[in-house]
Amino acid sequence: MLIQVLGPGCPKCVELEKSVREVVAEAGVEALVEKITDFQKIAAFGVMATPGVVVDGQVKVVGRVPSKAELKEWIAG
Amino acid sequence: MKPIEPIGCACATVNNNDSRPEKSGIAGKIAAIAAASLVWYLVYRQLEPFSRFFAYDLLGLSESSHLGEAVAFFVYDTPKVLMLLTIIVFFVGILRSFFTPEGTRKILAGRRESVGNVLAACLGIVTPFCSCSAVPLFIGFVTAGVPLGVTFSFLIAAPMVNEIALVLLYGLLGWKVAALYLVTGLAVAIVAGWVMGRLKLEGQIEDWVRAIRTDPNLVPDSRLTMNDRIQSGWIAVRDIVGKVWFYVLLGIAVGAGIHGYAPENFLAGIMGRDAWWSVPAAVAVGIPMYSNAAGIIPVVQALLGKGAALGTVLAFMMSVIALSLPEMVILRKVLKPRLIAAFIAVLGFGILLVGYMFNRII
Repeated sequence: MLIQVLGPGCPKCVELEKSVREVVAEAGVEALVEKITDFQKIAAFGVMATPGVVVDGQVKVVGRVPSKAELKEWIAG
Repeated sequence: MKPIEPIGCACATVNNNDSRPEKSGIAGKIAAIAAASLVWYLVYRQLEPFSRFFAYDLLGLSESSHLGEAVAFFVYDTPKVLMLLTIIVFFVGILRSFFTPEGTRKILAGRRESVGNVLAACLGIVTPFCSCSAVPLFIGFVTAGVPLGVTFSFLIAAPMVNEIALVLLYGLLGWKVAALYLVTGLAVAIVAGWVMGRLKLEGQIEDWVRAIRTDPNLVPDSRLTMNDRIQSGWIAVRDIVGKVWFYVLLGIAVGAGIHGYAPENFLAGIMGRDAWWSVPAAVAVGIPMYSNAAGIIPVVQALLGKGAALGTVLAFMMSVIALSLPEMVILRKVLKPRLIAAFIAVLGFGILLVGYMFNRII
């Protein structure tokens, strides 16, 4: 599983990445967490508001930090 | 491309870590909001008499003393502005949940310029926007066929004209200043964007931006229930009021100090309406400074209280918020230097005009 956290490095994005890593660890799934700071790549996902989460190429959320429950749904569910 | 350094981002963190909306009846929630609004109103009306009671009866300060006036002002204004901020941010938070960057882009794509500029500036007020996202938003707009000038109208209005700035200006300086700010802020965004469009600088966008092909359907539509929307109102309150209250207190404390003690006119000479060069100076000083609307209000309050002219101060405020060096550095990733220079020149000129106009007519 590939989880990409989109964000240029604002506080929210840092928070989100931490949150994602925690959920991955808690759920015990095998996943590669990748932080994407490059605007070119972020824009290529069609994302206009950061932070965002992409799971296996699918944009799950943009413009906000999702709750851990939501993250768990996408990652473990 | 190098990743951008983290900057202090002047935007709301919409964070709902602990929000699992319980499935209570929507009617009950709306009734609760109505009841809370009523209580809000009743308390709000008592603030002024209470502040007088507190300062003059309870503390026994004289009504004509500077200290008495300052204390009454502080005790009145603090809850007043915080209460206004809370209720406005709550309802704007709900309103905002109806607008997304994707939806706004859909409205703006392929618009004719003049109409598009007006729409973009107005949508800039209600579309959730964070200066961290300025670049992805710019790319998203331009690649989807939103004209360059229309995109700029949005990028100027979004950070500059927002509910926080308006509430604070209304609460601290009165509705006239707030209305002036709203109208001139929109006007600057519309006109500056329109002029940018006329300059035909589309070729000055970095080439890789044009090469990006995105599928606008990649981002899922957010389907929100009314419950979610109310929830986002609360999140906005917690987030924004939690962050902004300190600036509010600072602004009011400054205001109380000025209110109670005779205003020194020490700035009147250098920032008064007769000093023609004060407006360009205010704009120039504002460019390297970067702050959100809340942070700049205490300064505005202090400057006005010390005899600075309204036009000069408004120009300063707009320059700090809309024309910031850090944002230009971010935008440099997508714009070539000539386009950045044109943007600074056009927007700076617009702000100058606003400053001069108000110094003339008020």
